[in-house]
Amino acid sequence: MSKYLILIFENEAAYATADQAVFGEVTAAHRAFLDDNKDVLLGGEALQPTTTATSIRDGVVTDGAFAETKEALGGYYLIEAPDLDAALAVAKHVPARFGGVEVRPIKEFEG
Amino acid sequence: MADSPRGGAGGADAAAQGARAQNHPDPVTTAVTEAHRREWALVLAATARVTGDLDLAEECVQDAYAKALTTWSDSGIPTRPAAWLTTTARNRALDLLRRDAALRRRLPLLIEEPPDPEPDIPDDRLRLIFTCCHPALALEAQVALTLRLICGLTTSEVARAFLLSEPTMAARITRAKKKIAAAGIPYRVPDSEDLPVRVEAVLTVVDLVFTTGHTAPAGDDLVRTDLVDRARDLARMLRTLLPGDAGVAGLLAFILLTDARRKARLDAHGRLVLLADQDRTLWDRAAIAEGRRLVREALRRRPPTRYALMAAIAAVHADAERWEHTDWLEIIGLYDILLRHWPSPVAALNRAVAVGFGRTPEEGLRALDALAFEPRLAGYAYLAAARADILRRLGRVADARAAYEEALLFTDNEVERGFLTAELGKLQRFEGKR
Repeated sequence: MSKYLILIFENEAAYATADQAVFGEVTAAHRAFLDDNKDVLLGGEALQPTTTATSIRDGVVTDGAFAETKEALGGYYLIEAPDLDAALAVAKHVPARFGGVEVRPIKEFEG
Repeated sequence: MADSPRGGAGGADAAAQGARAQNHPDPVTTAVTEAHRREWALVLAATARVTGDLDLAEECVQDAYAKALTTWSDSGIPTRPAAWLTTTARNRALDLLRRDAALRRRLPLLIEEPPDPEPDIPDDRLRLIFTCCHPALALEAQVALTLRLICGLTTSEVARAFLLSEPTMAARITRAKKKIAAAGIPYRVPDSEDLPVRVEAVLTVVDLVFTTGHTAPAGDDLVRTDLVDRARDLARMLRTLLPGDAGVAGLLAFILLTDARRKARLDAHGRLVLLADQDRTLWDRAAIAEGRRLVREALRRRPPTRYALMAAIAAVHADAERWEHTDWLEIIGLYDILLRHWPSPVAALNRAVAVGFGRTPEEGLRALDALAFEPRLAGYAYLAAARADILRRLGRVADARAAYEEALLFTDNEVERGFLTAELGKLQRFEGKR
């Protein structure tokens, strides 16, 4: 079994202008995903928008995200899967209506 | 697994190279070369199942081929070379794994299930193909891995095929293998649900190998026969492994029907001959007959696959005994279906050319001009070349010349450059006479 991190990248502007109904749908979609994938989920969180981010580079603290991109990291799920195909099959069901997801294998250290 | 603890397998690479390069091959060298060409994928796939690691499998298979050169000289060529090579490679792998417990621990797990004592060999090759052509790998990496692992080309041969330096290609292959291991790309035939999409990815790789060979993007040769032959071998292998797949039948048909014109595409002086001017008696009739049978079979599937339609278009050309007999309306109709399901600017360009012959040049020109602002055709020499040809036929000499010059700007194949330059020269002589 390997671990994979599913990073959710979405357009923050789309959420900023979305109405309550949209938020309701997104929340329901994530609940359904959580229910359907209980067996493989190891964890997951949603993040506050990048306007709340603080970066540190070479000890210097600055306002904002590390890299300015149209689609920003907005949350993640950590899953367990036997191989990439199985991980992708789970990742395909992660709700991301204003963007997409990236699947990254977790590095295992020996001993 | 690129960080194989016992280094690369360059020596065996050289042995395989040497076997191929020998000028007066003895029966053993011929048998090894033949087995390399025909059985590499089978032997590697069966060995990878034991090792659980592609690098180690590759190394053991290369050792087995090198050993075959000496052993077969001493004790004769075995009746089943592939079985001999597989057994030798697997024994070597098991030996290494037994001796080196550390290596065994460090091997990334490629296979989950324990090795089958009676492995289904065709299935093993499919596993290898689907691993090499996994959509999680960049297309160029898929192509490189396919040529390296399935066709058994050396890294330097793969590099030459794509006009890249050997270190660049070696890095590309290493990166791809690392991703297979680190991301856990499985060594498995996909589930039936994913199979159609995954077969499509495999076909794209084989098509790219064929297209790159059929008209080399650069260099002195119009055709890279090594690549064309590899693509046809791959398509044939897929046909054996997936006999019911209409996309596979279509691609093999497309390759056979298109490559059937090979001998007629150059004249005695090595100059390019357009389809319109080709000596059709030089076309390979056996390949055309086989291609036709496959097209008929592939078109029985509804809706037709992309490659079945492309093959059908090639078959319409093959059916015309003379250029004047070409059924352009049939070709335009087939392009219409193709574009409806798989819109692509290149297919639209080919349709426009067919319109220029099947209807009127003016209509063809309008269809070509509609593509002028298509970003994916910016710098695509065939758009300018197609315009040049129609403008020439319409007698718009100055416009035709500008279009030929534009086409030359984007053409790196010397044979094609020679053709375009000759056409330009003819136009200038024509202008001079006026």
